[in-house]
Amino acid sequence: MSFKSAVITFPGSNCDRDALCYLKDLTKGEVHNIWHEETSLPKVDLVILPGGFSFGDYLRSGAMASKSKIIDEVVKHANDNRYLLGICNGFQILTEIGLLEGALIRNKKLKFLGKNCFIKKKFKNNFNLSIKDNQILQIPVAHNEGNFYCDAETLNLLKNNEQIAFEYCKGEFSNTEENINGSIEAIAGITNKKKNVLGMMPHPERAYSDFHQSQDGRLIIESLIS
Amino acid sequence: MRIKILVRLKGQILEPQGKVIEQSLNSLGFIEFSNIRQGKLIELDLPDNISKDEKAQKIDSACKKLLVNDIIEEYEVLG
Repeated sequence: MSFKSAVITFPGSNCDRDALCYLKDLTKGEVHNIWHEETSLPKVDLVILPGGFSFGDYLRSGAMASKSKIIDEVVKHANDNRYLLGICNGFQILTEIGLLEGALIRNKKLKFLGKNCFIKKKFKNNFNLSIKDNQILQIPVAHNEGNFYCDAETLNLLKNNEQIAFEYCKGEFSNTEENINGSIEAIAGITNKKKNVLGMMPHPERAYSDFHQSQDGRLIIESLIS
Repeated sequence: MRIKILVRLKGQILEPQGKVIEQSLNSLGFIEFSNIRQGKLIELDLPDNISKDEKAQKIDSACKKLLVNDIIEEYEVLG
């Protein structure tokens, strides 16, 4: 059975097309693009909330998008144990909805970060099955609010439930910083307790094609399909 | 009536904008200024005839639903 997926577009999303191409090229299955004002979602295996600046990042990043009409359907999709991936602004939206713990605040050094970064998996889940322990992935980031914050109690829960999916690390052959944006414990991506919802700041959809510098982003879709 | 809601990051959370403002002020000679934190002010109108209880309940509900993210922020209704 072929893998079906969908990408939600909000006003101000700017990685929706990249995400659509990413899914089309890697899943070879049906891919839907859904406008945020829609009130129904086709039954798909994976929904992506893409990166960008939904609603101009007004109030807080992801705050307005988390109240969009389609979100009820996105929550139902997740509650149905199907996969939901929030990338960058999509991660911010997932925390604003409350599907993921914590919040993304301003980068520690107040700079917009648009560059390659390095991450590795922390705890195993269905999104990172095809990634080896200690394998370093090179995936770009592009964010201003990617500094993951949660209180000590929540951090303990994330660790005990093995919800930390990715953490930033030093690149093998570079002088990159270990924790690019000041996130608690260098967290780059977390899942929900059931591990069917992943939010991550790095952009795997910008690292899969021959014309990209890295193809490590493929591993996420390959993990889900395998 | 005009309502003013002050929203700020909780005390334990790093507020880098305040730190940068502090560095700038210090370099301009305002050396007594310290522990600067920046928040945001939301102003809105509510009908004058609304009861005190309803006003408090509506503002609280709006803050919880949208205006404030209580994981990182706290708020105070001014005046």
